[in-house]
Amino acid sequence: MNLTLLLLGLVILASSAMALSLRNIVRSVLLLVLSWFGIAAFYLWAGAEFAAFAQALVYGGAVSMVVLFAVLLTGRSHSDAEVPPPPKGRLVWALVAGGAAAGIIAATAIRTPFAAATNGVPSLPVRDLGLLLMGPQLAALLVTGALLTAALLGAVVIAAGTKDDKEGAP
Amino acid sequence: MQGDPIACLWLIPALPLAAAAVGAVTPRRGRAVAAGAAIAGLLASLVFSIAALVIALRTPSAHLSHNFAWFDLGQDQVRLGWLLDPLTAFMAVMVSLVGTLIFIFSIGYMKEDGNFTRFFCFLSLFAAAMLGLVVSNSLLLLFVCWELVGLASYLLIGFWFEKPEAAAAAKKAFITTRIGDLGFLLGVVWLYNSAGTLLLYDGGHGLFEGGQLGFLGTHFVRSPFPGLALSLSAAISLLLFCGAIGKSGQFPLHVWLPDAMEGPTPVSALIHAATMVAAGVFLVARVYPLMSIDQLFAAPGGGSALHALSVVAFIGAITALLGAVIAVAQNDIKRVLAFSTISQLGYMMLALGVGSWVAAIFHLLTHAFFKALLFLGAGSVIASTHHEQDIRRLGGLAPRLRATFATFAVGMMALSGVPFLFSGFWSKEAILHAANAWSVSRFPLYAGLAGVVLTAFYMTRLICEVFFGSPRSEPAAHAHENPAVMTVPLTLLALGSIGLGFLGTPAWPWLQSKLSGTPIESRSLLEGGGLLMLSIFLVAIGLGSGWALYWRRTRTDADAPDPIEKRMPRLFAFLAARLKIDELYAATFGRMVSGLASLSVALDRRVWGGCVDFVAGLGNFAGLINREADESGLNAGFDSAGESLRATGRAYSTRQTGETHGYLKAVAIAFAVLAILAIAGGGQ
Amino acid sequence: MNTLQMCLVLSGLLFGIGLAAALARSSAILVLMGVELMLNAANLNFIAFWRFGPAPEAGTGVLFVLFAIAVAAAEAAVGLALVIALYRHQKSIRLQEATRLKG
Repeated sequence: MNLTLLLLGLVILASSAMALSLRNIVRSVLLLVLSWFGIAAFYLWAGAEFAAFAQALVYGGAVSMVVLFAVLLTGRSHSDAEVPPPPKGRLVWALVAGGAAAGIIAATAIRTPFAAATNGVPSLPVRDLGLLLMGPQLAALLVTGALLTAALLGAVVIAAGTKDDKEGAP
Repeated sequence: MQGDPIACLWLIPALPLAAAAVGAVTPRRGRAVAAGAAIAGLLASLVFSIAALVIALRTPSAHLSHNFAWFDLGQDQVRLGWLLDPLTAFMAVMVSLVGTLIFIFSIGYMKEDGNFTRFFCFLSLFAAAMLGLVVSNSLLLLFVCWELVGLASYLLIGFWFEKPEAAAAAKKAFITTRIGDLGFLLGVVWLYNSAGTLLLYDGGHGLFEGGQLGFLGTHFVRSPFPGLALSLSAAISLLLFCGAIGKSGQFPLHVWLPDAMEGPTPVSALIHAATMVAAGVFLVARVYPLMSIDQLFAAPGGGSALHALSVVAFIGAITALLGAVIAVAQNDIKRVLAFSTISQLGYMMLALGVGSWVAAIFHLLTHAFFKALLFLGAGSVIASTHHEQDIRRLGGLAPRLRATFATFAVGMMALSGVPFLFSGFWSKEAILHAANAWSVSRFPLYAGLAGVVLTAFYMTRLICEVFFGSPRSEPAAHAHENPAVMTVPLTLLALGSIGLGFLGTPAWPWLQSKLSGTPIESRSLLEGGGLLMLSIFLVAIGLGSGWALYWRRTRTDADAPDPIEKRMPRLFAFLAARLKIDELYAATFGRMVSGLASLSVALDRRVWGGCVDFVAGLGNFAGLINREADESGLNAGFDSAGESLRATGRAYSTRQTGETHGYLKAVAIAFAVLAILAIAGGGQ
Repeated sequence: MNTLQMCLVLSGLLFGIGLAAALARSSAILVLMGVELMLNAANLNFIAFWRFGPAPEAGTGVLFVLFAIAVAAAEAAVGLALVIALYRHQKSIRLQEATRLKG
């Protein structure tokens, strides 16, 4: 079991690290997609099938498409796909910050004596999930629906722009 | 006693009121409708009045009333009612009969006037109000009709309101009678307060029933007259008499009557001779039990009391003398008759005061006939001479206006008191007899006797100047007799002037006994002989001197001075100027009122206006301060606050770099710091 | 180190990578992707605790992850729309040039 975890973790971390350090933005996006699928696999391994499917569909399907569209729409020529690497100073700062955050979280995780899981794989049939969503969590569901609608409309409005923006439109 | 006929008594005033309503809505073309409605209404009232008289004469001593509640006033009820007794019935018959004859006369007199329909509407309104006054059992209803009569008088005096003199005369009449009405109203209110009712006869609870009068007569109030006690009934009676003074043209409120001659002559005949001015006399006769009760009780402490009737008698006597004296020097035919009316009303008040209300009412009834006759005769003269009213410019009308002359002569002889045949003689005799029997003072008797001489004198002067001699102006020369519609009423009134007297002679005192309700035994003419002879003698003196001065040497020239004027020019001028009483009032009350008005104006402008301006100035000042404070204080404060906020904002915004990565960096550092604090400080 | 702790370490590292990327890169899209990674790391945490942690209720962890995915997706969409709008204005997506808010 731990082996699977190690493998998955490696895939996720490696792909995300590479994705965010490459110069070619399209390749970055594709590696990121791989990372997201890795996370989905992790969910599967952990026994949250539904969450895994959701992750795969939403991130791997929708969000990646959106990102790709954004990339393609904001690059005038092939050369723009090349993003220069960050300047040295900033890179160091970023790495320090990231490392600090990761370190703090990891240290805290290791230090805390967690009790071992007493039960086995918690079973969550989809039916029960559905009942939960439609029952106690109905309000959250509706709010999220509204949020998604608003976000969609807002994104369309922002992205479409006005007539005056036409000359800059890609 | 309640009875169905009494409940229908309201029809007597209601029918002319309906006629007035018809007249009000009739267009100017509908002359026949207006006149027909007025005459029909009053004729119907006459029929009902005669029926009422028949009922009343069956039981002359009874006072039949029918009362009803008008509205509720808290715990009390305001009650009104109708009263039928011989006094009411005689008055109603007189008013409707004389009124009908005058209405018929008016058809001819007002023929050429454009406002024919309005005239008959107002006449009917007057008749309704007068009849309502007569049948009323409640002093409140009486007061309402009293005021309505005053209104009708105002409307009719000012009928030709385009003439400034007529409008001024109407105003003067209304205001002068109003002064009297104020006293009347105060009396009514005081009476209601003291007695709790204003109904005269109410099945035992009325003012004149039970012990009410006794209470009013024995209760004494604080007297404003030093040394004279004043009982409650006397005080109230004096206040009620104020209204009579105004309405009946007694001294000192007589000044409106001569001016009221500006109205059309039928109006003068109806209102200012026969009926409205008689309302004051009627009022005193009506409340006679109230006015006379204080004479039955002694004043507290054995002192002397002021009796209301004594005041009435003296004022009546003064008025009788005053009117007769002024009439001697007047040159307008209607003004002579107006002052004659004042004088005769004085006689009636005199009779009331000395204790014989029956004599007063008798004289009222006869006076109505012959004075209306005289006025209508004057109207006939005026109509035929195209409104020439100055007697110096008339003359020689006897052969030209035969019927008018004959009837006018009858009226003149009745007024002068030509003995035995004419009613005025008998009624004046009754008054003089009563004055003779008065124990308080001889002044009314002497005034009355003097008035007899003067009355005969000025009436002879009038008839000589108008009808005898030769015409002194074109209109007089071309006068011709008026149509029958005007002469027939004159004839009927003349017959009444003669016939009515026989109802009240001492030998057959039918009228007196019916009025008073108690049978009066007849006396032989020779019993009261001395006074009778004296008055006949005085009439002869008056007629003789008038004949000597005015008939033997008739006036030849319109501008020639009067014979008296030649001999006593200053006295004549003083009398002709009506004793300068109008000027006296103008100089005193008129000036006082104008002064008060100017004072009010000055107060209003300077004092109240000044205060208002001051407050306005304060308001202005406050507004100015407010604005200054607002602008320099609040606005500046807010502006500076806003400015400082903006400056702060600007200062802060210089901190912004606009670089997203800077912000992210800050967030990350903050997160790190917080995480370390959380871990190190608290949880594991 | 039990499984839970290993998962947590994994999520922490992923978080750190995301943070570093957000801070370091100058392309707006890549910054947004860094933010997405951070969100995913948090989701990983939730699932780890749901699976290996002391017994909670059956569905809370998964439910939260679902909602978080939804919200993150929405945020990604809006953010990328903003990037497009930004590109329209300044013809590039370099964040260093987006300093209009500089005070």
